[in-house]
Amino acid sequence: MKDSIIKVLRFIGLGFLEPLVRLASGEDSKKNTIEVLKKIIAPIASVLLFLGVWYTGSKSLYNTEANYKIEKTLKDQGQAEADKVKACIESGDSSCQPNTLPSPSQVWASFLVLLEDHKEISKDKAAFKEKTATLNEKRVAQGKDPITYTGRPSFVDQIKTSIKTVFAGFLLALLIATPIGIIIGLSDTLRTSFNWLIQILKPVSPVVWLLLVFMIVKTLTKDSTGDTSFVISFISVGLCSMWATLVNTAMGVSTVDQDYLNVAKVLKLGTFQKIFKVILPASLPLIFTGLRITLSVAWMVLIAIELLAQSPGLGSFVWEEFQNGAMDSNSKIIVAMFVIGFIGFLLDRIMLTIQKFISFDKNEGI
Amino acid sequence: MAYLELNNISKSFGSNENVTEVLDNINLHIEEGEFVAIVGFTGSGKTTLVNLINGLDKPTSGEVLFKGKPVEDTSHERGVIFQNYSLLPWLTVYQNIEMAVKEAFPKENNSFLDKRIKEYIDMVSLSHATHKRPKELSGGMRQRVSVARALAMDPEMIIMDEPLGALDALTRGNLQDEILNIWNKNKRTALLITNDVDEGIYMADRIIPLRPGPKATLGPEFKINIDRPRDKTELNDNPEYKKTRNAIIEYLMDIGNERSGNSETNYELPDLQPKDLRWDFRAPK
Repeated sequence: MKDSIIKVLRFIGLGFLEPLVRLASGEDSKKNTIEVLKKIIAPIASVLLFLGVWYTGSKSLYNTEANYKIEKTLKDQGQAEADKVKACIESGDSSCQPNTLPSPSQVWASFLVLLEDHKEISKDKAAFKEKTATLNEKRVAQGKDPITYTGRPSFVDQIKTSIKTVFAGFLLALLIATPIGIIIGLSDTLRTSFNWLIQILKPVSPVVWLLLVFMIVKTLTKDSTGDTSFVISFISVGLCSMWATLVNTAMGVSTVDQDYLNVAKVLKLGTFQKIFKVILPASLPLIFTGLRITLSVAWMVLIAIELLAQSPGLGSFVWEEFQNGAMDSNSKIIVAMFVIGFIGFLLDRIMLTIQKFISFDKNEGI
Repeated sequence: MAYLELNNISKSFGSNENVTEVLDNINLHIEEGEFVAIVGFTGSGKTTLVNLINGLDKPTSGEVLFKGKPVEDTSHERGVIFQNYSLLPWLTVYQNIEMAVKEAFPKENNSFLDKRIKEYIDMVSLSHATHKRPKELSGGMRQRVSVARALAMDPEMIIMDEPLGALDALTRGNLQDEILNIWNKNKRTALLITNDVDEGIYMADRIIPLRPGPKATLGPEFKINIDRPRDKTELNDNPEYKKTRNAIIEYLMDIGNERSGNSETNYELPDLQPKDLRWDFRAPK
């Protein structure tokens, strides 16, 4: 029981909970208490320290901003107005709060607001669906497009869109980069002939890729009336992020241990067999390292690309909030920041778990 | 016509000034059913020689003939047991052997293949580890898998490149007997490359030393006139064994000395008297 729990925890990358499980089962309490302190308490302490620094920093920024605001009013409009502003700030009224780095508690509050907002919008959506259900049936029967909900997307909807875009982009990168990587890796001539191109295109910035994709997709979809922003953003994400996989796959395939190749030769495996039974399994660890980098790069460039492509998602959420300039915009941006970081972390964990499943090299991932 | 013939083989790597001549003027004839051992120092070009015979590499000049035909490529007729096992780490013992058997018997059905694989796993007594991966096995077990893989393909000739080099003495002895059993049972031809003279004498009909490279070449052969099956413990008292062993070792020592003699330079030692430091560490007054 205990061992299987530990095994599962290790497998899904939560190995740090191991001492806690051991402690709960009453195993070697002294050693495991130290382990708990080291692996669980210390990381929690570091998070608390981070929150503390953040809190103090935002507090001092808040004070600076508030003082500046009061002094400015004093200079421009006199003592009476300045007192009014001071009272207003102290009362916590949202109309006159200084605009600066929000504190942890404000960010948390915004997070709750966003969730509440999501609930409301979902309710709204459900109601709309119910209302238009019969009408839509009729429209479909008549051959017309059904009426869809066109209201504002909630924060959770934006997250879903972003994840969808990343996966589409990642899949595109996978489908392009792995086969090309394998082909290039197999042939010395191809590798040298494409090397320049790859080296030149690899460091190109996501923004440029977006513009390039935009140029092409715009012309290709001249006739369609559909929304091309999703297509543009996922293709750009794929193109930006595929290089790590391409280079890693090519390297993995071209550096397969000579011993394995000798085995393939001595057993007289055919070309197809040699590739699929020897070369690919042998280079799988490197291919997966490439895919992991690709996924994290995809998630990283996604925000910038969404922001520019005007496609819905976390990127445009951040940009809209920044443009919006409402009282809680700053804290919403920081909520988005943490959500982005957390999802990026989860994606990496998922990849690591898949890698452990299918790769022969069962070493602990980095 | 010999079963395997090497005629005036030479092999060099690199080109122009950077050329390294590893093998030079190698002539070897092996008859069908013979067990021949080639003994040499590490780094003398043994593995290069093996690769020429099994078809992984081609000689720079000269020809390798197997049953009268030149060796151009690897073949199922010549099974190879590699020095470093060369098992595929992502496959289990069963799958590693399965891969070889499937290639060697493409026309047979699955139950035949399954039977054959299990038979050979059994032969090297690894039935308990059938579904383990190489990583979970000890060095000796891995080498046994490698032996089973080579033999399961039913090769006419077994080529062994220091197959037991990395094993401990006990496992080594057991595997030697296993290999001999198989060789004897099916009357195959075998070529053993080794750095262990005792191993060679115990297993082979003939021992041929490889003079160390660069430009390695084969020395005079030593026939082992000891009846089979040979017994390890009795071998030590066998006068024929002692004689052959001494002759081979003496020969190897000679070429070893020759080699080190070539590079020996006389260093002039400076004519110095050591100074007596016993009274020197006292502080001067």
